[in-house]
Amino acid sequence: MHFLLLFSRQGKLRLQKWFTPVPEREKKKIVRDMTTMVLGRKPRSCNFLHWKDLKIVYKKYASLYFCCGLDAEENELLALEVLHRYVELLDKYFGNVCELDIIFNFEKAYFILDEFLLGGEVQETSKQVLSRSIEASDMLQEVCFGRSCLLSVLSIIFSVVL
Amino acid sequence: MPAPIRLRELIRTIRTARTQAEEREMIQKECAAIRSSFREEDNTYRCRNVAKLLYMHMLGYPAHFGQLECLKLIASQKFTDKRIGYLGAMLLLDERQDVHLLMTNCIKNDLNHSTQYVQGLALCTLGCMGSSEMCRDLAGEVEKLLKTSNSYLRKKAALCAVHVIRKVPELMEMFLPATKNLLSEKNHGVLHTSVVLLTEMCERSPDMLLHFRKLVPQLVRILKNLIMSGYSPEHDVSGISDPFLQVRILRLLRILGRSDDDSSEAMNDILAQVATNTETSKNVGNAILYETVLTIMDIKSESGLRVLAINILGRFLLNNDKNIRYVALTSLLKTVQTDHNAVQRHRSTIVDCLKDLDVSIKRRAMELSFALVNGNNIRGMMKELLYFLDSCDPEFKADCASGVFLAAEKYAPSKRWHIDTIMRVLTTAGSYVRDDSVPNLIQLITNSVEMHAYTVQRLYKALLDDISQQPLVQVSSWCIGEYGDLLVSGQCEEEEPIQVTEDEVLDVLEGLLVSNLSTPVTRGYSLTAIMKLSTRFSSVNRIKKVVSIYGSSIDVELQQRAVEYNALFKKYDHMRSALLERMPIMEKTASNGPTEIVQTNGETEPSVPDTKLPPLITQPANQANDLLDLLGGNDVVPVIQTTLPTKPASAGGELLDLLGDLSLSAIPPMTAYNKNGLKIEFTFERANPNPNIAVITIHATNTTEADMTEFVFQAAVPKTFQLQLLSPSSNIVPALNQGSVTQVIRVLNPQKQQLRMRVKLTYTHKGSPVQDLAEVNNFPPQSWQ
Repeated sequence: MHFLLLFSRQGKLRLQKWFTPVPEREKKKIVRDMTTMVLGRKPRSCNFLHWKDLKIVYKKYASLYFCCGLDAEENELLALEVLHRYVELLDKYFGNVCELDIIFNFEKAYFILDEFLLGGEVQETSKQVLSRSIEASDMLQEVCFGRSCLLSVLSIIFSVVL
Repeated sequence: MPAPIRLRELIRTIRTARTQAEEREMIQKECAAIRSSFREEDNTYRCRNVAKLLYMHMLGYPAHFGQLECLKLIASQKFTDKRIGYLGAMLLLDERQDVHLLMTNCIKNDLNHSTQYVQGLALCTLGCMGSSEMCRDLAGEVEKLLKTSNSYLRKKAALCAVHVIRKVPELMEMFLPATKNLLSEKNHGVLHTSVVLLTEMCERSPDMLLHFRKLVPQLVRILKNLIMSGYSPEHDVSGISDPFLQVRILRLLRILGRSDDDSSEAMNDILAQVATNTETSKNVGNAILYETVLTIMDIKSESGLRVLAINILGRFLLNNDKNIRYVALTSLLKTVQTDHNAVQRHRSTIVDCLKDLDVSIKRRAMELSFALVNGNNIRGMMKELLYFLDSCDPEFKADCASGVFLAAEKYAPSKRWHIDTIMRVLTTAGSYVRDDSVPNLIQLITNSVEMHAYTVQRLYKALLDDISQQPLVQVSSWCIGEYGDLLVSGQCEEEEPIQVTEDEVLDVLEGLLVSNLSTPVTRGYSLTAIMKLSTRFSSVNRIKKVVSIYGSSIDVELQQRAVEYNALFKKYDHMRSALLERMPIMEKTASNGPTEIVQTNGETEPSVPDTKLPPLITQPANQANDLLDLLGGNDVVPVIQTTLPTKPASAGGELLDLLGDLSLSAIPPMTAYNKNGLKIEFTFERANPNPNIAVITIHATNTTEADMTEFVFQAAVPKTFQLQLLSPSSNIVPALNQGSVTQVIRVLNPQKQQLRMRVKLTYTHKGSPVQDLAEVNNFPPQSWQ
């Protein structure tokens, strides 16, 4: 996979993941091209497009378009499954995910994506294992924060006492 | 300094902006606050600020001032900081900025961190955006983690290794030992990523491919277990067990089985099993079937299996799901060359897809339909394709028209049918026809001698209806110019001849000249056509008048033509009829590579027999000695050869020689060497003016599927001859006869002895060097007499 983009019906970008090195200007151009092409598709068209030498696979989930760019040898039908799996993961994490969740918690969407795909390839095929890793990472974040919070509370108490 | 606002707060605020300007103002304000916070080196809120910056970056605003802050976050000990820091690095940094190299040390430390989630972050970042330098520095760490027993890390390390190999292919060897027992893992994540790693290695290196071929039985076993095992809740997708892994294994099997009979045979059973047992009601099952079909078609599978695969594709074509139909058409396109007959069986379904509403499907169906056209089905197929041409979207018309022309040229059952088909295309899609079709069509019409009257009549009638489609107009005006006499004389066998006068014809052509719809090129065509009619029609005065008017045209091209034609009328009237004669039948030039005419690019021929051949030996001396030793004996002269291939001589030489020696074609060409797919032909000319020099041009072609690179041709002749080898056109002989390497040999034969030659060929084919020696004795007598 070369890239994965999420954008709204109005063409606003909600997530962009690039798996190959692309200059900033080129990224903007690709995003513009993808949004134009995908949003311009008729409602009951097939989910595959051709763009330059890449196969573009896209799927609409509620108000969000999930769009990825593949090499010639990659399996388009499986790419649809990959996109679907990502949506399922988001759904499990946020509980009935909607576009707003992804807008307000975009960094979490990225974290989930980074546990699912690495360098454009799937790294874990089990939903449960993946969810557990995300939970554990989140816990680590809490502990970290909690610890520093506790320390600062304690230091305030001590400074008051002393 | 108040605490910077939280991320969610910022997002909420920005979303309340009603205009772009309002949003920009809010963002600028916040950016300023973030910048000053960064300047204060505030550790507590750095994470929050960078997160906000990333949000603003996603909206399209510049965020480069946060790059160094990301590095500071990565270096922090807090997991929260690292998480956001690495995310920022992946979003804001890329290998074009030198800043990213500063990450290398942090990543190295984090790869050895005690917490696996930190190690995971580092691996993920390296695997997504690591540059070649970073990969080189950190490959060792990745390799270590590839051998760990922690499956969470092992799977990430495998994909990270894939990235390293993509960036720095030379490091592939390094990961070889770690791959030893990757496939004996039970963990699906590790298995999946291992298969990806093995696939990457096998695709890049033929040695690795050979090495990993022994894994085929193991892969087959794993795949079998996946299919046969019962319901596994962890990996189940709509009743299928771990489809992601199944597809990747199938893809690896494809690479391993390609061009290897034993491996292909070992896979036959499992492929048949997957093909027949996979549930096809959902997309996921079809994804697996699709991959299976691709694998079956690519390896050396038995014919029964191939037919099974094509039939699966045939079933796909009837599926309600558009995606499946699209994928079927794409795959059939790939296999139509090799399994033509099997695909033909599904022709009617494919042709039906031309009527599909989906644009992508229509395009694929069109390409496939053209591939399926043959002598037997041409009439039926053309009917469908012409109907498609009528009704399809403009984006297809150009390609469809070109396809129709090609197919018609190859398989036309009769000349009349051919002309009719062309007419149909020109009249329905005339404006979309490619520019280069016009000369091709003209040539075709010229060569169909018996159809001239019919053609010009039909084109004339078409012109009366519609003069907006330029290619149609151009071809028509050319034909009327050529065959106007046939048109006016009313002699048409194929259909009812129309009655038309010279004046009517000239009216039409003059109409083209003045019409707003005509392009300058079209105007040029019509002016020339009018001029040509001056020798075919009797109303010469009218034509003279038209031509003289355009002598002052604003269009330079028209003006030039008109002035020249005027001159033809006035000063060169005696030449006019000869010049404007009917065109002869044109040969289609098979132009590939340089011509065989002597290259007169400044090399002085007369002096060759007198002077010694200049020492142009640039190869090491021992090679020349080898040639001497191999050829043995004293009766050979060492080869003199230039090693660097240069472009062949310009066309200037050709022109000079067109008028030259007409006995050039007298000597028949010969095949000097034909072995292992490499064929070398010799064609001969006599060098003018010295008849003792035979100029031989070698043409090397390659019928195998792989290019022959570093191709070097050497030759040696007996002592009484002198030989000079000029530079070759290139040193790559492309595969499948897609081109040829040519080289000129000059042989001086003053004693008119029988020509003999020894040739030595060296080249690299499919990665291995090949060398061969041969004697060439079958020179035709004319070449040395």
